[in-house]
Amino acid sequence: MKKSALLAAVCVPAFLAAAPLAAKTLVYCAEGSPENFYPGINTTGTSFDANEPIYNRIVEFERGGTQVVPGLAEKWDISADGLTYTFYLRKGVKWHSNKNFKPTRDFNADDVMFMFERQGKPDNPYFKVTSPNHSYYDDMGMPGLIKSVEKVNDLTVKVTLNKPEAPFLADIAMMFASVQSKEYADAMLKAGSPEKIDQEPIGTGPFTLLQYQKDAVIRFKAFPEYWAGKAKIDDLVFSITPDASVRWAKVQKGECHVMPYPNPADIEAMRKDPNVTILEQPGLNVGYLAYNTTKKPFDDVRVRKALNMSINKDALVKAIYLDTGVPAKNPIPPSMWSYNDAVKDDPYDPEAAKKLLAEAGFPNGFETDLWAMPVQRPYNPNGKRMAELMQADLAKVGVKAEIKSFEWGEYRKRLQAGEHGMGQLGWTGDNGDPDNFLHTLLGCDSAKGAGSNVAKFCYKPFDDLVVKAKVTTDQKQRTDLYKQAQVIFKEQAPWLTVAHAVQLKPIRKEVVDFKLSPFGRHSFYGVDIKGK
Amino acid sequence: MTAEIMETPAVAAPTSQPPHPLREFWGYFAANKGAVAGLVVIVFVVLTAVFANVLAPHSPYLTDTTIALQPPFWQEGGSLTYPLGTDPIGRDMLSRLIYGSRLSLLIGFFVVVLSILIGTVLGLVAGYVRGVTEIFIMRLMDIILTMPSLLLAIVVVAILGPGLMNSMLAVALVILPHYVRLARAAVITETSKDYVTAARVSGAGPIRLMFKEVLPNCMAPLIVQASLGISTAILDAAALGFLGLGAQPPSPEWGTMLADAREFVLRAWWVVTFPGLAILLTVLAFNLLGDGLRDALDPKLKR
Amino acid sequence: MLRFILTRVSLVIPTFIGITLLAFFLIRLVPGDPIETMAGERGIDPVRHELLRKEFGFDKPILVQYGIYIGRVLHGDLGRSIVTQASVLEEFKTLFPATIELALCAIIFALLLGLPAGMLAAVKRNSIFDHGVMGISLAGYSMPIFWWGLILILLFSVQFDLTPVSGRIDVLYYIEPTTGFLLIDSLLSEDEGAFLSAVRHLILPTIVLGTVPLAVIARMTRSAMLEVMGEDYIRTAKAKGLSRLRIVTVHALRNALIPVVTVIGLQVGVLFTGAILTETIFSWPGVGKWMIDAIFRRDYPVLQGGVLLLGMVVMSVNLLVDLTYGLINPRIRHNR
Repeated sequence: MKKSALLAAVCVPAFLAAAPLAAKTLVYCAEGSPENFYPGINTTGTSFDANEPIYNRIVEFERGGTQVVPGLAEKWDISADGLTYTFYLRKGVKWHSNKNFKPTRDFNADDVMFMFERQGKPDNPYFKVTSPNHSYYDDMGMPGLIKSVEKVNDLTVKVTLNKPEAPFLADIAMMFASVQSKEYADAMLKAGSPEKIDQEPIGTGPFTLLQYQKDAVIRFKAFPEYWAGKAKIDDLVFSITPDASVRWAKVQKGECHVMPYPNPADIEAMRKDPNVTILEQPGLNVGYLAYNTTKKPFDDVRVRKALNMSINKDALVKAIYLDTGVPAKNPIPPSMWSYNDAVKDDPYDPEAAKKLLAEAGFPNGFETDLWAMPVQRPYNPNGKRMAELMQADLAKVGVKAEIKSFEWGEYRKRLQAGEHGMGQLGWTGDNGDPDNFLHTLLGCDSAKGAGSNVAKFCYKPFDDLVVKAKVTTDQKQRTDLYKQAQVIFKEQAPWLTVAHAVQLKPIRKEVVDFKLSPFGRHSFYGVDIKGK
Repeated sequence: MTAEIMETPAVAAPTSQPPHPLREFWGYFAANKGAVAGLVVIVFVVLTAVFANVLAPHSPYLTDTTIALQPPFWQEGGSLTYPLGTDPIGRDMLSRLIYGSRLSLLIGFFVVVLSILIGTVLGLVAGYVRGVTEIFIMRLMDIILTMPSLLLAIVVVAILGPGLMNSMLAVALVILPHYVRLARAAVITETSKDYVTAARVSGAGPIRLMFKEVLPNCMAPLIVQASLGISTAILDAAALGFLGLGAQPPSPEWGTMLADAREFVLRAWWVVTFPGLAILLTVLAFNLLGDGLRDALDPKLKR
Repeated sequence: MLRFILTRVSLVIPTFIGITLLAFFLIRLVPGDPIETMAGERGIDPVRHELLRKEFGFDKPILVQYGIYIGRVLHGDLGRSIVTQASVLEEFKTLFPATIELALCAIIFALLLGLPAGMLAAVKRNSIFDHGVMGISLAGYSMPIFWWGLILILLFSVQFDLTPVSGRIDVLYYIEPTTGFLLIDSLLSEDEGAFLSAVRHLILPTIVLGTVPLAVIARMTRSAMLEVMGEDYIRTAKAKGLSRLRIVTVHALRNALIPVVTVIGLQVGVLFTGAILTETIFSWPGVGKWMIDAIFRRDYPVLQGGVLLLGMVVMSVNLLVDLTYGLINPRIRHNR
């Protein structure tokens, strides 16, 4: 018997056929380790992915979309003035249990109160536990927005806002508003180890956490009493594999079923593999090169235009993104409403660029710096390589650009302070609104100080449009305003718009009904796996 | 460094006299086939570096995305225009390797010269002054030696920022203790010898004593350590480059080329194979040379 | 005897203080603000930034920070990771066994091959075998192991599909981390394939990490053997007509082992250097990879803790080697 096991291990070791677990197991090759199991302080997609199976929110995004649907709240009312939200919570929602904790009650309003208070009330005993840095809660403006949260009864919670805010529901559908168990929190506080709730989490989600080994594996088991019904798969395993080529090798061998962030270089091979399907979806993002419009010579629109024309964008995108990006002409992605397809991109024309530069007073070009992204992002898979190609193109019109880079935190800070000549950066949308791009990244407000407008672009006609669109409620009117804004953007050319990344997800054929999330999340509830 | 040996006038030696030291050295050295092979490779690499602009068929920086990732000429799809293929953004591998030899030699020599200079001074001071100064210097060296060398180099590069110059400084710091220890040990042995005492009695100042009397006498082990040090320096700098902390692209440093091409390992074997092979051969050559030098310069060590 | 041990041990204290200084101040010199590094494209609001600095104690004067740090270290508290908020010591404890397991396997691999190769080379001095062993070991000594790892993956994992590409074990095996050493844990587990899977995952990393020590051991064994075999007692043994095999294995090897063991002890630092690279290539969840990640994230507490702990491990091993060597060889004892 020992011998046959040995034989099996030697002959078919890499394949799931020899799987020691007979149940339906789905393996996801994750790109890294989560920060911890408290989404309220997490900032990386990697962490959100690892928390997604465990927790629920009051309201959630529909699977594979941006629509807000009921979660732990069955339904809700919004008062006519848009200031009061009343949430009616689901009855009979069960909590997970683990070796520290056996729940004695179902989910109720206390847990929702705990979620809001842990992040919003500095005097809550849990406010500082694990970390006081509730980034998303703060970034989405919750502290200034939420006036009060009240428990009406065990299954009703009323949230009152300071001002009407249409995207509020979408905001609390985000991962940071995941609900933890108040009973578990109290028990651990009493036991003197409050941080346990963020390390050995208890949630209401479709999967319970079984085991986590840093940099190696996260193991989940389907929660049989999940309120929406048990998951179709029994076991969910995150195999932590930082190297993209290795992730692909594992998918090929069947050691993984789904992988994120494929290496652009491997896409061609993936398309040829008969066991693998590639799901594609344009992402809510843009990668760009910002000209510092407050610095000479970039304050001259002719120079900016000339540089736009000197770079062979199609070749660049093909070389850097391969199949994972499409050239960008507008600052917002094509999948977003109000995208102006009528805008014409600057053509690649080095001769015209030289002429324009000469007109602007630089017949022999000039010297400047070109900042390269130090980190990998979907909207810019390789900042250094992109900078090298840009540098070569710029040299052809006489512009000598020195490539510079810093450690990420430093890099972003210096860009925001406007120390650069030309700098690469990008953006991934939070809520799918054009305001989140056009006003946040190009408006006058954020051009001041260390704002996120790194082109330091403050152009009155443009700013008027996006500010007006921000306060207008009529969707059609907003669309028109944003379309005009994109035309002005192209004329003024504060950025070289480089590309929009396409979300590509190789999955094995036996995976059934996996849906891409526009926010780039990975969720496995509802996904099934075909037996072989 | 070898100047000390070569300064001796090359008179035709009468048969009764012992063989000329340089000739004797060469005799020992040439008997070691490995060392000669190492020397040949090094001469080859040096020539490549010197004449890089003549030898390289293309510019190492010229990108052409239409010919990205062409295989070497003997494989299907390759061409003799790019004998060793092209990298992910269409630069000629061979040209980049040729220019890379400049950087590797620069790293090797710069690092070793720098750490020898600082190391010998510190070692001489420690060995001559003794007391608290010595304890301080030697403890510091111990601490440096306690750290895993790459870890220390990484921390230093993190402080100074990634780049060719800074990675060279980091590596120089990491190999410094070897020279300090060597120089100190030599000073302590030599100062107790008669000729130093004699020089001191005749009124030679400590600085003069150090550089005129003691230093020349511990030259041999230093030379050996230096040639071995070059290989360590090249290897460590390449490792930093591989981790993305050394020379920055588009610089054709071999370790950096490897790091840059790593994601293509499954698709294009040549982009990772050749730079690594270049590192291996160069480092091996310096190690062979070092072994040969040790045997030739220090017959005591010969077995 | 006791005096020798005491002097040697007392030398450790200044080194230890030096390492804490190095770990603390050197890492403070690293540019880049961990709080800024953690923030995404949006950056971080200055008010919140200030609050966080206070929370982490970065607002206090640097000497005060050092004092607090030392106090905590002496109580065994190395702080919490800024990224994961988990205790640095706990993280180290869960990751270190992986590094140790890999390092031990690499050393054993190096010994198993290096000792016999070196011995045979010495016995058959100047033969083709001798030259072959010396040539190969010098090549091994010159090996850029980060490249070596990639080439082995390319050959054995990709081309021939013989070994897995990365990780410690097939993720489908659910192993309780009882000891942290997967070879042991997987033997204890009920899954029969688990142990084999763990072994298969170990093969390539072991070869990569073992290459340099293997080269050093082979060369060291050869020269130590040559030296010993020239000594009088060996000649006597020869004259007495003892068999060649007996002379080599019993008399010569035993004495030649002393310098070899010393060299292995001194290879610990080199091993950790190699482990950083090996773990990066094979996604091995050990401390080397942990430290590299910490550098890129500016995770001060992890960096400090890691440098300190690794430094202490190397220091202790060196001390142990020194003491053993002193015990074996009285001459050393008196020289110090």
